[in-house]
Amino acid sequence: MAKKINIYQVAYKNLLRKKTRTALTILGIGLSAWVLISLLGFNRGYESALNKDIDNMGFQVLVTAKGCPYEAATLMLKGGTGLRYMKESILADILKHKEVERLTPQLMAAIFDPNKGESGRINAYLGVDPVTFPAMKSYLKFKQGGWFTDPTALEAVVGYEAAELEQREVGDKMLIPEKNIEFKVVGILARSGTADDGTIFMPLKTVQKIFDKEGLITAAGIKVNKDANMNELENKLYDLPDVQVVSMAQVKNTIMSLVSTAKVMVFSIALIAILIAMLGVINTILMSVLERYQEIGIIKSMGAMPWDVFRMIWTETVILCLLGGVIGIGIAFALSKITDILIRRLLPYAPTGSLISIDSQLGLITLGVVLGIGLLSGIYPAWRAARVRPLESIRSEGD
Amino acid sequence: MAPDTSALEALHLTKIYKRGAEEILAVDDVSLTVRKGEFVSFVGPSGSGKTTLINILGCLDNATSGSLKIGGETVFAENKYLSESDLTKIRRQVFGYIFQKFYLVPTLTVYENVILPFAFFKKAEANADPMEILRFLGIDKRTSHRPSELSGGEMQRVAIARALVNKPEILLADEPTGNLDTKRCEEIGQVLRSLNEKEGLTVLLVTHNPALAKVAGRTITLRDGKIAQPA
Repeated sequence: MAKKINIYQVAYKNLLRKKTRTALTILGIGLSAWVLISLLGFNRGYESALNKDIDNMGFQVLVTAKGCPYEAATLMLKGGTGLRYMKESILADILKHKEVERLTPQLMAAIFDPNKGESGRINAYLGVDPVTFPAMKSYLKFKQGGWFTDPTALEAVVGYEAAELEQREVGDKMLIPEKNIEFKVVGILARSGTADDGTIFMPLKTVQKIFDKEGLITAAGIKVNKDANMNELENKLYDLPDVQVVSMAQVKNTIMSLVSTAKVMVFSIALIAILIAMLGVINTILMSVLERYQEIGIIKSMGAMPWDVFRMIWTETVILCLLGGVIGIGIAFALSKITDILIRRLLPYAPTGSLISIDSQLGLITLGVVLGIGLLSGIYPAWRAARVRPLESIRSEGD
Repeated sequence: MAPDTSALEALHLTKIYKRGAEEILAVDDVSLTVRKGEFVSFVGPSGSGKTTLINILGCLDNATSGSLKIGGETVFAENKYLSESDLTKIRRQVFGYIFQKFYLVPTLTVYENVILPFAFFKKAEANADPMEILRFLGIDKRTSHRPSELSGGEMQRVAIARALVNKPEILLADEPTGNLDTKRCEEIGQVLRSLNEKEGLTVLLVTHNPALAKVAGRTITLRDGKIAQPA
């Protein structure tokens, strides 16, 4: 029999003595690793989803009537605007600036429908220009039908989710409550993963007429020339009377600042989870060292140097953290959708894309962090074990 | 000059423990020589200092004063103490230890327990197949068993095999039969005797058991930390 043995095998087999304790410790580390990788994935995924949402808006600057910038930023991402009005003539003033490549006016109108849901629901209609809006939102594709036949037609294009909710198809008639005006569905949009999915679009002129807002708009979306200086344009636009200018960068910063509070909270939870896991590891290994106090003394009497014993105990910690880390990362990959839903509930605004972006690189980083924590946690128990003197452990036997 | 045939040579060894303010003289001016290949047993009542003495002789502890030579080389002399690492280096080269408790690793097999010292240190000359030791001790059929599947006598044989695997010059046995019944006690005594007679191993045995002490070629009785009756 030429079987060999090394410190790492001994360390691994030591962990098999108390299987339940070892399993619980691994589970604790696994849960911490799950929380950690999910949060790192969130940190990355949220920003990417937000960027995607902003890119899908089709315009980089939104001009609205003066109001709360936070409200404007949030409504901008949700596809609407604050219900404050600007004169339509402002469009000509905006178009004068050389930085403006394209411009599209919007009029948001909302009306309460008491017959929707259990206690009624607000129906929102977005009046858009049939020429400039589709050009700016070129990523919108149709599941059925197409855009309006006439700039003043009583027609609507319904977003994918809105059509699902209302159970509508092209050719259906819909009624605007209170106004008792019927309009025809001429197009159903394919799913875009943006706020447009939940919107009912109508021609701008039609919405202005139905809601008595002729000559008024709630917002103007601006697509800026590629080489234009965004700050310069913003400053120029602020020269216009009573307008609020919200740029893509501002929206991003505003949302990120809103989310940063939630991030701090979630990272605090992660930190606590990691600390608890660390204490769990220290406790498990230290208990194991104390239980094997005499045995470690015998090992040292066999010729093991303090560093050998330190390495053996440290290896036990690394094995625990490695297994826990791999399990936690596996859980994170498997349950990323559920984690997405849970985190979405905590946020003031969640972009439409996936909030958790986990890949193998992040998995390796997390594993590295968990192993680092394990190595740190293992120092004290390993040091205690390395200091065991054979005589002290043996003395209890003799006279 | 004649070759040095002493395995151990202790001169005026004294060990004083402090327990609070109180000083306890555990070993009191002990001088003795153990020749290579000798089998010496240490007997005496509890508290007589036999375990303390064997711990010093086995480099598990420093003496408070006195000197010790192992194989003719001075290990420590008056007021020169060895660090734990220095003691370990001597232990791994010279000694094999067996104790009253067996301290076998429960998750390792018999064979793995025997070769456990190799995980930490392997002497260049320790090339013998551990199976030979297991055969010699009569436990070669139990190599793949776990310690929990063995009797007390078998477990102590495994502990002896583990102590022998690195080919020690001196085997130190401190109450090796304390947990065994009379029959197993006799068996272990015979094992120690044959290791001494057939393998030429120097054996130092501490025991309360007069019958076991008799298997040694020389018995030293300790009382109050002094050698009361060298045989």
